[in-house]
Amino acid sequence: MSVIKKLAILSAAFGLLATSAGTASAQKKYDPGASDTEIKIGNIMPYSGPASAYGVIGRTEAAYFKKINEAGGVNGRKINFVSYDDAYSPPKTVEQARKLVESDEVLFIFNSLGTPPNTAIQKYMNSKKVPQLFVATGATKWNDPQNFPWTMGWQPSYQSETQIYAKYILKSHPNAKIAVLYQNDDYGKDYLKGLKDGLGAKASSMIVAEESYETSEPTIDSHMVKLKATGADIFINITTPKFAAQAIKKNAEIGWKPLHFLNNVSASVGSVLKPAGFENAQDIISAAYLKDASDKQWDNDPGMKEFYAFMAKDFPEGDKLDGGTVVGYGVAQTLVQVLKQCGDNLTRENVMKQAASLKDFRTEVLLPGIKINTGPNDFAPISSLQLMKFKGDKWELFGDVISADVGG
Amino acid sequence: MSAAEEVVTEAPAVEAVPKRAMTLGYGTSLVVLAALILTPLFVKNFVIFQMTMLLIYGLAVLALNILTGGSGQFSLGQSAFYAIGAYTTAILMEHFNVNYALTLPVAGVICFGAGFLFGQPALRLSGIYLALATFALALAMPQLLKLGFLEHWTGGVQGLVVTKPDAPFGLPLSQDMWLYYFTLAVSIGIYIASVNLLRSRSGRALMSIRDNEIAASAMGVNVALYKTLAFGVSAGITGIAGGLGAIAVQFVAPDGYTITLAISLFVGMVVGGVGWLPGSIVGSAFIIFVPNIAEGISKGLSGAVFGVLLFLVIYLVPHGARQVALVAQQLTAKLKRN
Repeated sequence: MSVIKKLAILSAAFGLLATSAGTASAQKKYDPGASDTEIKIGNIMPYSGPASAYGVIGRTEAAYFKKINEAGGVNGRKINFVSYDDAYSPPKTVEQARKLVESDEVLFIFNSLGTPPNTAIQKYMNSKKVPQLFVATGATKWNDPQNFPWTMGWQPSYQSETQIYAKYILKSHPNAKIAVLYQNDDYGKDYLKGLKDGLGAKASSMIVAEESYETSEPTIDSHMVKLKATGADIFINITTPKFAAQAIKKNAEIGWKPLHFLNNVSASVGSVLKPAGFENAQDIISAAYLKDASDKQWDNDPGMKEFYAFMAKDFPEGDKLDGGTVVGYGVAQTLVQVLKQCGDNLTRENVMKQAASLKDFRTEVLLPGIKINTGPNDFAPISSLQLMKFKGDKWELFGDVISADVGG
Repeated sequence: MSAAEEVVTEAPAVEAVPKRAMTLGYGTSLVVLAALILTPLFVKNFVIFQMTMLLIYGLAVLALNILTGGSGQFSLGQSAFYAIGAYTTAILMEHFNVNYALTLPVAGVICFGAGFLFGQPALRLSGIYLALATFALALAMPQLLKLGFLEHWTGGVQGLVVTKPDAPFGLPLSQDMWLYYFTLAVSIGIYIASVNLLRSRSGRALMSIRDNEIAASAMGVNVALYKTLAFGVSAGITGIAGGLGAIAVQFVAPDGYTITLAISLFVGMVVGGVGWLPGSIVGSAFIIFVPNIAEGISKGLSGAVFGVLLFLVIYLVPHGARQVALVAQQLTAKLKRN
């Protein structure tokens, strides 16, 4: 064998080695938290403290991932879901986020809850280039891929919801006088801003009263009396469940019958409308993107049947009528879809890339016709809602699915 | 109770102001200091961050300790002063581009003023009534921070994001490590000043008020002045801790400074030992790490587990870390004699 021939064989062998190594690395790429057998995901929830009612979202997700793992995991990898408590206190959120990223070395943080806690870690997550994926808050600012390419929301933003109401009001009641009751915090103010933006130049003339309340107030009765006195014929009710039920009841008591818009946060049949009394809640308008587990019309819906089966088998201690379980189930399904799309390329960059390339994805707890779409410049997975009117003991959807994309 | 009393009375009280009752011996102090200086060199940035928070909450507990352990006044309103300090620093840094180190004295002075003023009406109250008045302050603070006309400065419910400072002079330190040593330097300074304050004439005046107000005024101590001063100093130190906290967490929002924080600080003080300044850091460790341990034991019942652990501490060592330290000291003394 000549030297040249030997060299040729050698170089060919090296070439082969190089290409095989190349394909191997193209097939499997990992960042911290991912391996052949496991994907480690971080999560931060208020299991204790003032917002502990939302902790059920985290527990639903844990149950769902357990179910996925029992069925073999995602692409052969088990999901290791590490969920910590921050008690809804931003300094604690920072501590837990740093623990997840630097000590537990998770691939990304998923569905951390609350606007102040997420605001506290947003800068940190983006400077570390660790995804802060599908945050559990409706603030509008999460859809800002230019400045925060590692942060993405999930649910429709609060602003897009009131913009949809505004569109409807301008079309069907252009000369209405509007009274607004809102909770004095980020959530209430975001809703109010959406309404004003949606009404545009007519906002100042149409809105005749803005009342705010604190969550520490035992009742909002006095606000309702005040709003009635303004003579408004449209009432926009931006309140959380307990106060929403109070407002509906008080309206009936004092005989104020405006066109009543109730925000989606409190559209639950089981926890708001039933306690308030169905007879008091007739013709209230709201908007939704998820199916309501306490609404009878979904009892035979295949998607919801799957959800009920999951609740019965994998999360029996959870309450299926609690809106949080439906949210947790839906967002966990969306994440599983993203991880499926990632294949064997489990880098943080690819997780964001795949999360930003969801095309017409549906989890079956979404209302018919609502789809999840994202893109490099669209970090708002769910941006459409459908209007609905309360008739008898259930919501009746009406009109088309309306989309309102709002940038951060 | 009797066991605890024995432990305390066994301590030899030779000096008029027993130094040992407030501080550690020189040897122990140096060991603790060396540990605080060297540990960050060997641990992850996340642990350094936790240690920074440990020092910061330690300062806030120390401040409460001066007030309660020194002058015998209760406060459940420390979170309000902590919030004022945090917001002062955040607003100065983000709206006025003031250097972070310079914002701390400002936060301290503003909080000193706030505490001194609050101390005036508080003079008429004592014991549980004072605790309730300060409790009201802590309850009101998060809502005051959300007020519409302050929103331009405070960022309202959205809070303010604070930029973390880099190490100066091109020192090869990470941001976390630099901030830790910076906090450590501030903490040591405040600790030494506090010890000296309590050992001074003013400190003795404070303690005499704590022990017997009538006797103190009979001896010529200006009770009103010293009580309000204690409030002012305590609030000032809490404010500096708040400012450091804002820099370390890089974010201030009303939700971070609720009554829960005030109660945590109170728990920290009791666990560390009322009136024993080195206990502050033990108390701070308790309020930072024990909730994490509780969560590790049970997620759904973390609050209950924390309660049980706290109960055990109070039941077994009612004088907190101070009692443990005294027992340890007596044991080593016995060993030396043998």
